[in-house]
Amino acid sequence: MNFTLKIWRQKDAKSKGAFKEYHVKDISPDTSFLEMLDILNNDLVHAGEEPVAFDHDCREGICGMCSLHINGHAHGPEQGVTTCQIYMRQFKDGQTIVVEPWRSAAFPVIKDLVVNRSAYDQILQAGGYISVRTNSVPDGNAIPISKADADESMDAAACVGCGACAATCKNGSAMLFVAARVSSLAKLPQGRVEGARRAKAMVAKMDELGFGNCTNTGACQAECPKSISIAHIARLNREFLSAKFED
Amino acid sequence: MALKLDSKIPAGELAQKWSNHKAAIKVVSPANKRKLDIIVVGTGLGGASAAASLGELGYNVKVFCIQDSPRRAHSIAAQGGINAAKNYQNDNDSVYRLFYDTIKGGDYRAREANVYRLAEVSNLIIDQCVAQGVPFAREYGGLLANRSFGGAQVSRTFYARGQTGQQLLLGAYAALNKEIHNGTVKSYPRHEMLDIVIEDGEARGIIARNLVTGEIERHGAHAVVIATGGYGNVFFLSTNAMASNGSAAFQCYRKGAGFANPCFTQIHPTCIPVHGTQQSKLTLMSESLRNDGRIWVPKKLEDVKALRNGSKKPSDIPEEDRDYYLERRYPAFGNLVPRDVASRAAKERCDAGYGVNETGLAVFLDFKTAIERLGKDVIKQRYGNLFDMYKEITDTDPYEQPMQIFPAVHYTMGGIWVDYNLMTTIPGLYAIGEANFSDHGANRLGASALMQGLADGYFVLPYTIGDYLSHKIQAPKVKTDTPAFDEAEKGVREKIAKLLSINGKQSVDDIHKRLGHIMWENVGMARTKESLEKAIAEIKALRKEFWQDVKVVGTADSFNVELEKAIRLADFLELGELMARDALNREESCGGHFRVEHQTEEGEAKRDDENFVYAAVWEYKGMDKEPEMTKEPLNFEFVHPAQRNYKD
Repeated sequence: MNFTLKIWRQKDAKSKGAFKEYHVKDISPDTSFLEMLDILNNDLVHAGEEPVAFDHDCREGICGMCSLHINGHAHGPEQGVTTCQIYMRQFKDGQTIVVEPWRSAAFPVIKDLVVNRSAYDQILQAGGYISVRTNSVPDGNAIPISKADADESMDAAACVGCGACAATCKNGSAMLFVAARVSSLAKLPQGRVEGARRAKAMVAKMDELGFGNCTNTGACQAECPKSISIAHIARLNREFLSAKFED
Repeated sequence: MALKLDSKIPAGELAQKWSNHKAAIKVVSPANKRKLDIIVVGTGLGGASAAASLGELGYNVKVFCIQDSPRRAHSIAAQGGINAAKNYQNDNDSVYRLFYDTIKGGDYRAREANVYRLAEVSNLIIDQCVAQGVPFAREYGGLLANRSFGGAQVSRTFYARGQTGQQLLLGAYAALNKEIHNGTVKSYPRHEMLDIVIEDGEARGIIARNLVTGEIERHGAHAVVIATGGYGNVFFLSTNAMASNGSAAFQCYRKGAGFANPCFTQIHPTCIPVHGTQQSKLTLMSESLRNDGRIWVPKKLEDVKALRNGSKKPSDIPEEDRDYYLERRYPAFGNLVPRDVASRAAKERCDAGYGVNETGLAVFLDFKTAIERLGKDVIKQRYGNLFDMYKEITDTDPYEQPMQIFPAVHYTMGGIWVDYNLMTTIPGLYAIGEANFSDHGANRLGASALMQGLADGYFVLPYTIGDYLSHKIQAPKVKTDTPAFDEAEKGVREKIAKLLSINGKQSVDDIHKRLGHIMWENVGMARTKESLEKAIAEIKALRKEFWQDVKVVGTADSFNVELEKAIRLADFLELGELMARDALNREESCGGHFRVEHQTEEGEAKRDDENFVYAAVWEYKGMDKEPEMTKEPLNFEFVHPAQRNYKD
């Protein structure tokens, strides 16, 4: 298969970027999207040009490192997968493919398609944990947790922290990301203890870092590679409001 | 001068060793902990749990990772589960049984004391993770669920769907975030350690490169912990993440740390087969699938031919014409034999011409029987995300047709030599998790990597490091303007300048692929004297070519992925040779190391306990010089090494 690629190139955070056109030829339909970029990059190196910088690591859809806007969609055309799980058979032969970095004020571009997502780390550092010390814990079976609650907690915990939600949101809101963590811990008895403190601290940090507000468009859920439900945003709102009432 | 290896294994009864040792080693007072600095390199299960626990204790910790966030370390990709001797299933599991299975699974090439301690702390890990909010699978009664894994006859594996590594890492990362918030840990993402600094024979810090700006930084500390994982990417194609590398470990080796059993590589039996020549990465299908999946190839070669040309589908082949070869050869363990045994058995069938895809390098993993027995819903609940992943990659629906699988490089049991305290041969330098060599012998059992990473980081290192640091309470902050730091930084800068100046004709990936090919063909699942000697000669030649003909574009002082890859490949080109040398020295077959010359009549691995009950520890002598090997004898006081039997 042959493709025309329009790829965002940007030297560094301070420089202005622009789209550049590339052509790749004889790509097998079973090649993954990122392998296609590997092939392009190897050709660029041979031509003495700087390859396209993009984030990636596990290539199994779990590390959350890959982060491309492909033809206007975070993580490409297919639902419920990360960029590394996109295969070229999902495109038409001869198609033009536009590849951009995440576009979000809170995720500044580092180079080409690589952005800085440290804001997500900072939100979690503000309170996305249960304050237990190593070894100061009860037996694993001491607290029974209903299967339904454990399953729902796991649904939310599937978040890979890739940033697609904020990059997709027209308001640049990180609500789905924050909600996934808050909700995952709120569904477990051991997470309830500091639930109020957690919700307030994480929301405050999110606001401080310049993420926008949620207007319930649901775009984040549609583009989330782990299909995390916006029902978790409802739970975050409830956690946050009841925490505020307690104040 | 040969390495001095003192394993520091405590005396006494096996079950008392760790308790006795803990009672005997020194501790550091809270007031003094505040004055001591520790560097942790890597943020997988070992690094994150260690950094968080050391921060909690009050040490000043700096933690480094090459990814953009500590949460992305490759531990995150572990799928199936984590072992612990809880005996929640009442199936007669115990610390001793987990110890025994692990020692046996490692083909009697690990230290008894280390493995017993691992089994002993396994139960604490589960408690710790539950308290952190890890959403382990539960039964309807609200208690923790288990499943079975290879090499065990009890059900002791705890899991969170097919994402156990992710959930455990998010737990350790959360603990790390808590300590970053508390100010005891400072995080340095997108930083790569490029050298270890040694002064007066002790670890004093690291040289790191800021991967965004290219800046070369000096970081001093009273102790350095290497938690940078394994070196499986020497094979180019592996299940490791793209950036996983052996460079931090290799720098330690280059500076004098012993490197043990480098040839012990785990080839995982259930990976998605290679397609084409332009692939960058292989994908693992969790071992948990072998709980319900049955592995087979056709009995008749004409069926193999029909499968390959597409005139028959796997479901067209009747039961009586299928060879469930693991169940046939190993009735007691069946499809749940350890990984090395399952991988070799797949290779044996494929070598005999029974491989089921067009390349002849694939076998079936079939869920037909399980779906008939349990229903599609139950299978979906257990393995839904794995089935989806398989379908994404191969475009085939595993609910309808069996999966095709083939062995691939997955894990390295070898690594930096450490004593019972997890300290390397360099005082103040520690290695934990996959980066060290200590617990898995010649073959790691499934669901034991997560166990070891967290055992080392949460429950072993935080105690043992205090014994060393108790001697450092009078030591001032480590200065980084010393000749040792100057020299290390100079070396790093020269290496980078050299790589950028070669401007040859081959890309880093071109050469890495060639190295991977040499390794897979000659130092892979079956090794011979000839293949290993060939590998050593070819790697030497390739290394020479690399330093004369590699093309690294871009600059030193910018975000430059090609430069990062080139630095790592330079080390792989030495590490690959070391692996081949170690494999050549080990004139026996054990675990993942199979020397064709040493097999039983049935084709099983034939150990040589007369001559090889030792860890081979290598000392660096220079790039093109032969390393020197020192033996650490393994004393089996409590279990008697026997030929591994998974048949009855």
